[in-house]
Amino acid sequence: MSLVSVQNVSKSYWRDSFEIPVLNNISFEISEGEFLGLMGPSGSGKTTLLNLIAGIDRPTEGAITVAGTDVTRLNESELAKWRARHVGFVFQFYNLIPVLTAFENVELPLLLSNLSKKERREHVEFALNVVGLEDRMHHYPKQLSGGQEQRVAIARAIVTDPTLLVADEPTGDLDKISAEEILKLLERLNTEFKKTIIMVTHDPRAAEKAHKLRHLDKGELS
Amino acid sequence: MAIPLTYTWRNLWTRRITTILTLVGIALVVFVFAAVLMLAYGVEKTLVDTGSDDNVIAIRRAAHAELMSQIGREAANVIETQPEVALSSDGKPLVTKEVYVVINLLKRETNDLSNVSVRGISPTAMQLRKQVQLTNGRMFQFGTREIIVASNITERFQGCEIGKQLRFGDDQWTIVGHFDGQGSGFDSEIWGDVDQLMPAFGRPVYSSVTFRLRNLDDFDAVKSRVQEDPRTQHVELKRERQFYKEQSQLMADFIRILGIIVTIIFSIGAMIGAMITMYAAVANRTIEVGTLRSLGFRRRSVLTAFLIESILLSIIGGAMGVALASFMSFVQISTVNFGTFSELAFGFKMSPQIVVQSMIFAIVMGIAGGFLPSVRAARLNIVNALRAT
Repeated sequence: MSLVSVQNVSKSYWRDSFEIPVLNNISFEISEGEFLGLMGPSGSGKTTLLNLIAGIDRPTEGAITVAGTDVTRLNESELAKWRARHVGFVFQFYNLIPVLTAFENVELPLLLSNLSKKERREHVEFALNVVGLEDRMHHYPKQLSGGQEQRVAIARAIVTDPTLLVADEPTGDLDKISAEEILKLLERLNTEFKKTIIMVTHDPRAAEKAHKLRHLDKGELS
Repeated sequence: MAIPLTYTWRNLWTRRITTILTLVGIALVVFVFAAVLMLAYGVEKTLVDTGSDDNVIAIRRAAHAELMSQIGREAANVIETQPEVALSSDGKPLVTKEVYVVINLLKRETNDLSNVSVRGISPTAMQLRKQVQLTNGRMFQFGTREIIVASNITERFQGCEIGKQLRFGDDQWTIVGHFDGQGSGFDSEIWGDVDQLMPAFGRPVYSSVTFRLRNLDDFDAVKSRVQEDPRTQHVELKRERQFYKEQSQLMADFIRILGIIVTIIFSIGAMIGAMITMYAAVANRTIEVGTLRSLGFRRRSVLTAFLIESILLSIIGGAMGVALASFMSFVQISTVNFGTFSELAFGFKMSPQIVVQSMIFAIVMGIAGGFLPSVRAARLNIVNALRAT
C-alpha cells in the first residue's frame, strides 16, 4: 500500500534572475513500512526531495501525498501541524537544542500534542529506552558522544510515533562504529516498529540497510 | 504550544557575557530613569510633607509663594477670628501669622553665598507643625532676637552652631536651638519671632497666615466666607498640603521633563544594544530555529520565544536598575527652589509607582529592542535555516 506518492514534482530555486532547476518532473511512490534509500551525487536534489516530502519546502510543480494528505495544498499553519503529527526528522548534524537536556530535546515535539506532563514523560522515557539512552536523559548534548547525540535525535524523531521518518545523511558525521549503531537502530525501527523511513545517504553501508534504493542525478530519478 | 521558557532562560545563561553586557546597559538607563523620577518625587514629597491636611494657609491672591505674598494685620485678624479655626487647650486660636524672608549665608563646602529662608512665626506655630522637633538647645524666646535653625542648614552653612550669632535685618540674631523638620521643607529654614523679624526687615505686613481647622470638612465654608468679606477679598485660602504641592510642581516638572528627555536619548542606545544582542542571538541560533520549525513549532512560537528572551533581559536589567537607584535614597542634595528662590534640601525618594514606571520603561525597551530580531527569527525559511553554518 502506497504511503507516499510523489507526482510530477519539479523544484526550482531562483538566484537573482536565474532559475536553477533542482528536481525535474519526479514521480514515485513509497509503500508503508518501506525503508527507502535516496542516493546520488552532491547537488543532485536528494535533500530537496526529502524536504518536499517532509513538508518543510514546497514544490514548484506537482503534488505530494502522504497518508492521503496532499501536503502541497496545506497552508503554512496546517503544514506545521501536519509535520508535528506525521514526520520525524533525523539530521546529519543531529540538530539537538544545546541548552536542553536529552529528555527535554526528546520532549520538544510532544509539547505540540495534547498529552499531559505524565504522558509526555512516559513517551520520552520509552523513546529513550528504544535508543538505549534512558540513563543519559539528564545529560546535555555536549555531554554526549556524536553517536549518542544522533540516538537522542532519533528518539526525538520517533517520540510522537510519526507516520514517516526522514533521515538526511544520518551517519554523515559519525565514525564507523557509531554509524553502524545508528543504522542498526534505524533498521530496528523499520522492522520492529514498522516505521516507514526515507534516508538520504552517500554512505554505501547505509544504503545496504535500505529495502529499496533510488538514485537521483541532476534532478532526475533513476 | 509555546517553546519552553527553559529554552529561553538557558540561552540567556549560555551567552553570559553578552547577556551581562546588555543587562548592564539596560540597568544603567533604568537607573537614570528611576533616579530622575525619584528626584522629582523627592522634591514633591519634601514640600508636600511640609503641609498638613488639617491646616489652611492664607496668602495674597495671585501670589504663587509666601515670598511674594502680603497680608495686612486687619485681614490676618479677620482670618484668626473665623469660627472654623480650631482652639488650643488654653482656648487660643491655633493660628500662626508669619513673615517669610530670604537672607544670604556662606556655604560650608564652597564658601559661596546662598539664599536661606527665614520664617517669623507666632507662638502657636509649633502646635501647628507637629513634624518640627527641637533636636538641640532650646526654643527661642518670643520678644527677643533669638532664632532656631534647622539641623540641615547647620550642616550646610557656616556659623549656624548654637550660641553663635547671625547678622541679618541690620541686627545680630543668637542661635539658641536646632530643629528637625522630618524631611519637610522646614528643614531648610531658620525660625524666629514674627514680631521681631517684621520690623527688622521693615515689613509692615505678614507673608501668610496658617490656621488649623476645627473640622476637616470646614474648609469650603471658611474659604467662601473669607472670599466674600471685603476685608479679606485679596486673600486666598488653600489647604496647606495642596499649597506646598503647588510649590513643588514647577521644580518637579522641570526635573521630570528634563530627566525623561535625557533618559529617552540614553534608552535609544540601550535599545540598540538589546537589538544587537538579539540579532546576534538569532544569527547564532538559526539552525535551532530551523529545527524547531521543522518539528512543527509555528512562526509565532519562535517570535514569542525570542521576544520573551528580550523581555526577560529587560526585566532583569530593569530590576537591577531599580535596585541600584534605590541606593540613591541615602543621598541628600540641595538646590534653589524656583518658588522661594532659597535653598531647599531634599532627597531621592523611591515609591511603588516609580518601581512600576521604571519596570514598564524597561519592558518597553526590551520589546522595542527585541521585536525586529524576533520577527527576523520567525520569518526564517526552514530550509535555509537548516542549511546555515
